[in-house]
Amino acid sequence: MTTQDAVIHPAAIINELKKNDVTHVVWLPDSETNFMFELLTGEPALDLVPVCREGETMAIAAGLWVGGKKPVVLIQNTGIFESGDSIRGLGLDVHQPLVMLIGYRGWSRHGLTNDSAARFIEHILHAWGINYYLIETDDDADRITLALAEADRNQKPVAVLVGTEFGA
Amino acid sequence: MINNTEAVKVIDSKRGDAVFVATMNANNVSFGLPTVTSNEKLDFPISGAMSKASSVGLGLALAQPQRKVVVLDGDGSLLMNLGSMVTVSNKAPTNLYHFLFDNGVYAVTGGQPVPGTGRSDWEEMAKGAGYAAVFNFDNLEDLATGIDQVLASTGPVFIRLAVTPEIENSAVQDRPRPSRSVLTAFKELPEALAKS
Repeated sequence: MTTQDAVIHPAAIINELKKNDVTHVVWLPDSETNFMFELLTGEPALDLVPVCREGETMAIAAGLWVGGKKPVVLIQNTGIFESGDSIRGLGLDVHQPLVMLIGYRGWSRHGLTNDSAARFIEHILHAWGINYYLIETDDDADRITLALAEADRNQKPVAVLVGTEFGA
Repeated sequence: MINNTEAVKVIDSKRGDAVFVATMNANNVSFGLPTVTSNEKLDFPISGAMSKASSVGLGLALAQPQRKVVVLDGDGSLLMNLGSMVTVSNKAPTNLYHFLFDNGVYAVTGGQPVPGTGRSDWEEMAKGAGYAAVFNFDNLEDLATGIDQVLASTGPVFIRLAVTPEIENSAVQDRPRPSRSVLTAFKELPEALAKS
């Protein structure tokens, strides 16, 4: 695989979501996922729900889920820090089988990162007991399916960390 | 000013098969929805996540577009999630009715004033956020007269109610507990939606 190929493309993510009958993507754009916007808005099978602040996403997803839909959340790791009470009260406490796709700002497997958003995120997920998968290329996209199955099986939120910027 | 219990009674009397997403004052087990409800299985209390009633209500309204979703919110609660008013208006669910119980204080923590009391204007904020219709009631008679028009309006509708502060000063462990937990409500609502 060339360096050019070692990215994840929006179509690979969206295909995984459609394959699993996801109905809604509740999101706030970030630099790791911004290339998905055009495809998401043009995808009739997925209803995009934009929010003003990330803590809204788990709450909106809770309403969608209890109303019979299958949402995912798509935000950046910085937004996870803002969303603590929603994840606690409307994710973990009510057993919501929610998959959170999280842009992994600051992620690097090539040395130290100085970005505290990257240094803290996995610790935070560990503290909450939320399992997570890392995706970096199109070859990893099927981990979204694993995450959705795990969330459903355990009735609990699961995270998917998007550890690279999307290709166009 | 409107009495909390009387306000909830009026709204509940016209609910039909609407889901009520309630938090804070409007969901108080002494003077809120639990004391007057006519359809407990379609009540959806979310006191475990203060501020998120409008967001949960939006999700439910999008999932159940043929059913009215009535949010019973508090002013201190909504101030913590003010952006949700724009999020709601942006998706424009025609079946969402967002009632704000505005008492100007944090009633459950002893009655401290919320920021903006007497200065900020909920009616103007809701209009500015882009709600399809906005109502403002400061006495029970007008609410009782106007409730049919409110619920006949195309959503999202925002309704500000000026309610009397009912302050709780007892220790938290001494306060009456709700008969249904948030988790119970989450478990029971899907079946209730399917049946009604």
